[in-house]
Amino acid sequence: MGQRTRRPDQDRGAGYLTVGNGVLVIILGLPVLAGIAGTILPAFGYLPALGGYRPTTAYLAELAGQPHILRSVLVALAAGLITTFAALAIVGTFIAGFAGTPIFARVHHLVSPLLAVPHAAAAFALAFLIAPSGLLLRLVSPELTGFTRPPDWLLPNDPVALSMIAGLVTKEVPFLFLVTLAGLPQLPLRRARHLMAALGYGRLSGFLISLWPTLYRQIRLPVFAVLVYSVSVVDVAMILGPQLPATLPVRIAHWAADHDLRMRFLASAGALLQLFVVLAAIGIWLVLERLGKFALTFLTRAGTRLRKDMLPRTISGLAMAGCAAIIFSGLGALFIWSVAGLWPFPKALPGAITVKVWLRTLPQISEPLLTTVALALSASALALVIAISLLQRNGRARNGAGYKLLYLPLIVPEISFVFGLQILVISIGFTPAFPSVLAVHLLFVLPYVLLSLSAPWRELDPRFEQIAAGLGKSPLQVLLTIRLPMLFRACLTAFAVGFSVSVSLYLPTVLVGAGRLTTITTEAVALSAGGDRRVIGVYALVQATLPFLAFLVASLGPQLLFRNRRAMRM
Amino acid sequence: MQAVDDPMPLTLADVTIRLSDRTLLSVSATVMPGEVLTVMGPSGSGKSTLLAFAGGFLDPAFRVSGRVLVGDRDLTDVPANERRAGILFQDPLLFPHLSVGGNILFAIPQAVKGDKMRRQIAERALEQVGLAGFFDRDPETLSGGQKARVALQRTLVSAPRYLLLDEPFSKLDAALRQQTRALVFSKAKAAGVPIILVTHDGADAEAAGGRVVEVGSEAEA
Repeated sequence: MGQRTRRPDQDRGAGYLTVGNGVLVIILGLPVLAGIAGTILPAFGYLPALGGYRPTTAYLAELAGQPHILRSVLVALAAGLITTFAALAIVGTFIAGFAGTPIFARVHHLVSPLLAVPHAAAAFALAFLIAPSGLLLRLVSPELTGFTRPPDWLLPNDPVALSMIAGLVTKEVPFLFLVTLAGLPQLPLRRARHLMAALGYGRLSGFLISLWPTLYRQIRLPVFAVLVYSVSVVDVAMILGPQLPATLPVRIAHWAADHDLRMRFLASAGALLQLFVVLAAIGIWLVLERLGKFALTFLTRAGTRLRKDMLPRTISGLAMAGCAAIIFSGLGALFIWSVAGLWPFPKALPGAITVKVWLRTLPQISEPLLTTVALALSASALALVIAISLLQRNGRARNGAGYKLLYLPLIVPEISFVFGLQILVISIGFTPAFPSVLAVHLLFVLPYVLLSLSAPWRELDPRFEQIAAGLGKSPLQVLLTIRLPMLFRACLTAFAVGFSVSVSLYLPTVLVGAGRLTTITTEAVALSAGGDRRVIGVYALVQATLPFLAFLVASLGPQLLFRNRRAMRM
Repeated sequence: MQAVDDPMPLTLADVTIRLSDRTLLSVSATVMPGEVLTVMGPSGSGKSTLLAFAGGFLDPAFRVSGRVLVGDRDLTDVPANERRAGILFQDPLLFPHLSVGGNILFAIPQAVKGDKMRRQIAERALEQVGLAGFFDRDPETLSGGQKARVALQRTLVSAPRYLLLDEPFSKLDAALRQQTRALVFSKAKAAGVPIILVTHDGADAEAAGGRVVEVGSEAEA
């Protein structure tokens, strides 16, 4: 006798998971909830720091009385829904039409780097292409258009937000594509393709019926993240979106940054409204999901083969490549503007090249640049350490509820909770400065770092660690001498992902930094309203370059460090 | 090799492995120093799980009852890194970020002090298996047989209390398998520690030349 039933790892595994989740709840959940509370209370007039003690609906009424508020709401809502639908349709059709083909791999290489381009830089890139005096019109003028002066078009910033939607789609397509790609290997792609082809289905309908439902379930959370982001976006909307009236999130950001502190109440009311706009967007999306499911069932039952699907497939391929083309050529346009001397319309290229603007701008750029890099380095380093310790605790647990929690800061509209955090910071009497901005950056950086690191973390052959443990190494020694060196590249990549997320953060930096902490991103977006195009070119290029440098280091680091270890360089 | 303690027998006391409600295998045995206990069975019979249990890294899905003892010491609740179980898997699993010599150095007990001393031990361990001068090589540039020999020496220099062999020859081609098998058994027995081998290959069991425990699907409950 004397036997005990042992389920050590089972119990321990569950225990670790709970502990890990608890930590995640504290790091990610609390600030979000506190932020929402900090938004809702002032919306009803409660904000002791600014002398608001009595609950009132006056600020909600004031919000309702703002000119064109309904239009601001509807444009934001529609733009977000259309963006999400278009991006998902492009990515879904492309994957259905091309997964497993050589074209697929080529487009993958083309689209991946786009993820690193900050939203603001991508928006500027598009703006510099499509503006009336932008590169596109210059290329065809006056030969095709007859224009000798820039036409009087409201572009970008068109009142129905088409340019904003285009800008968002170019950035969300790469994101959704890479997320979907991560789920693809778990599907029986080849077998399903053969089976459906044998049954006479076209590539699209075959994929749609056999694989899409499973695939969509895997990417559902990221899709909602895209939806929430697109409905609540501020920086892209400032650069490309409509003005007079601007979309609701932009107007809230302006109120929140107003010198008159009383405007914080109005901003709170707006942020509360934004929360409901996002809920409405999610509700509409759920209905769309139902309709899609219904249509798919109908298609399946009818046995519709849809063999002639060349056209939608081609369109999706062109759209994917188009996203890359827009951003890369737009970045080129930014560069040309930044070194352009005199460049009268409709000349396709400037008459003279000069580095004057760069020389003039660099002294003013150095301080925000330093802040940006310091923020990004510390936020991603902290996030990496937290991510490693969480993964070490959670071990190989797969789909813990904790991983869903990761999406929390991405699924709650940032303007609604970051604004509340700003209010809290003010209420506590904190001076907004580096540490508080860093804390908010961490909130957004950590989920991406964790998502990036968790797949390679799980994929490492557990037997390496078992051998090391058998050799007498403690768990910490195993982590430091085996796991982390073997995952060196994955750690660097996760770090670079965190770095680029931090570099691109606009709203959290502006709101919590309260204008006292300026980064490249906040400066660039601030310049968008009537700034000098050449200076914008410099700022946007510097902003776009930073993440690329981070990824360059992430890919070259292991090459140099492990130049004598073949298996480590792949 | 550098046996720090006196070798002691390894005891598996009434070890029963269950997956949900199914009993996969049930073993009770004492393995003397230098002796090989072979556990034979088809894949899915739980024999690798038995090694994981003995080594201290069990998959959470399995339920195991019973004890593991070395001499009189009960190791059942002792963490893997304090058991000092030497393991050889089907794959050599040399640490890819370390040199060949680095892999051996990593395994030498911390009690052995001094860089010079440790390096000497590592060089000698490589020499013994015909790999003199391989210290600074990248493990990835070695042949399959060379890797297997480095993996063997890495395990042995760590002065394990007992050895766990998880089908260590199944991925080698026929000629290499025989040669490696002979080398592993002669060196492992020379180390004078208890050895458990799990395999589905009768030739392995024959070469091991010890007791054979057959496990299989008839144990289903």
